[in-house]
Amino acid sequence: MTSRGHAAMNEIRVPIASDADAVTARQHGREAALRIGLSRSEATFVATAISEIARNVTTHAGSGEIVIHEVRDGERVGIVVIAHDEGPGIADVGAVLASDYASTAGLGLGLWGARQLMDDLEITSEPGKGTTVTMRKWSGMGVLGIDLDNHGS
Amino acid sequence: MTDQLTPPAQAPAEGPEIDAELLRELVAHLRQAGTALREEWTRRITEAQLLSVMTPDEIFSEVTAVYDNYVDALESGSVEALEAYAKNLSERIIPRGVETHEVLGVVLLLRDVLARSLFEKYQDDRALLNRVLDAYEPAANRIAVTVSVSFVEERERVIRQQQVAIRELSTPVLKVRDQLLILPIIGALDTARARQLTEQLLHGIRENRAKFVVIDITGVPAIDMQVANHLVQAVRASGLMGARVIITGLSAEIAQTLVNIGLDLSMMQSVGDLQGGIEEAERQLRYAVTRTGDEPRNGES
Amino acid sequence: MTVSILKQREYLIASIQSNLTDTEVVALRDALIAEVIRHRARGVIVDVALLDVIDSFVSRSLTTVARTNRMRGARTVVVGIQPAVAAAMSQFGLQLDGIETALDLEAGLELLDA
Repeated sequence: MTSRGHAAMNEIRVPIASDADAVTARQHGREAALRIGLSRSEATFVATAISEIARNVTTHAGSGEIVIHEVRDGERVGIVVIAHDEGPGIADVGAVLASDYASTAGLGLGLWGARQLMDDLEITSEPGKGTTVTMRKWSGMGVLGIDLDNHGS
Repeated sequence: MTDQLTPPAQAPAEGPEIDAELLRELVAHLRQAGTALREEWTRRITEAQLLSVMTPDEIFSEVTAVYDNYVDALESGSVEALEAYAKNLSERIIPRGVETHEVLGVVLLLRDVLARSLFEKYQDDRALLNRVLDAYEPAANRIAVTVSVSFVEERERVIRQQQVAIRELSTPVLKVRDQLLILPIIGALDTARARQLTEQLLHGIRENRAKFVVIDITGVPAIDMQVANHLVQAVRASGLMGARVIITGLSAEIAQTLVNIGLDLSMMQSVGDLQGGIEEAERQLRYAVTRTGDEPRNGES
Repeated sequence: MTVSILKQREYLIASIQSNLTDTEVVALRDALIAEVIRHRARGVIVDVALLDVIDSFVSRSLTTVARTNRMRGARTVVVGIQPAVAAAMSQFGLQLDGIETALDLEAGLELLDA
């Protein structure tokens, strides 16, 4: 019998080769987040993080792919975004992740921003072996709230 | 080719294939005896006084659907369809006031009704009965858990929403006069409440077209770094929407926490108490109006 | 048309009609700079009410516009940032340096007139 748990549900794959694809990816991310019950703010955080990561893909690797899926962990539900490219890779992942906002540009800034917006973010990268960024946003850990945009106030 | 008469009670060997065959047989039996078993189940539900908020017709129609899904799940080995149905059912019955113990009770009654039916059918052959139960038991358990968990998860979702609604009622954003909101915060502030507060504040700014917000934290004993960060973000976000924030009731301890997280306190305007904050906001609003009034319009060049 | 730029008195009003790709953001940036020069505008209002996302690129482009405008003696006002977007920008730490902000077009014009 199929079991529940950490199953990857409702996977969406978006090839990233242009800035228009980035818009598509972030719209999918936003919709997936809303569908699974994240608030409008949380969904916007996800879309913004995707925007940054997608730009890194097109700028540094030319093309790649973003995969979005829902995830469930007990009572928590969330969105997982995995961005992969076969680009030049990052030589010092630690340094990029450690850099602070004021002194970064390009790759670093996008990743820094995505990390602020999402609940967790991991990077796997080696020069010549491409880059994979995995990030998650969970409901309930983000901005709680009734969706005030849909409230009759 | 030899003709072999295999009497029903004699199974050749044990193994997963035999179990599958047995499962098919008992599924066929449950389908065949469906009407009678459903009626028995309904009778026992009523006897136990479960689902009292539902009418007999409603119970009958749900019983039919659950029974069919149950037997399908036994047959296919997949609980997906049953899960979807259980979620849908939960969404409908929770607002009616059906409780967890009722759902568990009803599911266990079905399990019992079906088990007894199997006992009756295979009672003449203990060995076969055991094998039948071996086939039935894990499947039935999995189904009971699936349905119950679906119900509980839906209840938890509803409770979460209600908690959110309660929180919203307890952190009101008040319109004092045109373009001026106040947000008096009382009690401990945790991250969740701070996020809730920010969201309400920003929506309040938009709804009321506020230019000033006075956030009074006289009633907040202390805040940790995380909450202080949220407060700073709330101030920044308000600014992005064109509203200036005045903080009032800032205690020495909280001021120290804010300084410790590297916040430049000059970025936030702070006034002693709520009344003073309101007056300051009104002063600035009046000043802006006065300036617009006095300044002669630029003629077209 | 994704962006319309209109002249109102001595101001320019740019209304963004939908979410923009990076290429469109660059085009908007360049168009705004050119139009400010052409019309000798005293102020620019950029209405972002229909943007679901304002990220570092949009932010950078807007501050570039503001910096250039400042050199021409023009003010830059961004209006209509949605609550969720404002929350995301402040969580990210995106500042709009050299840019004034107001709730909507009406508030933006009041700000410029003040």
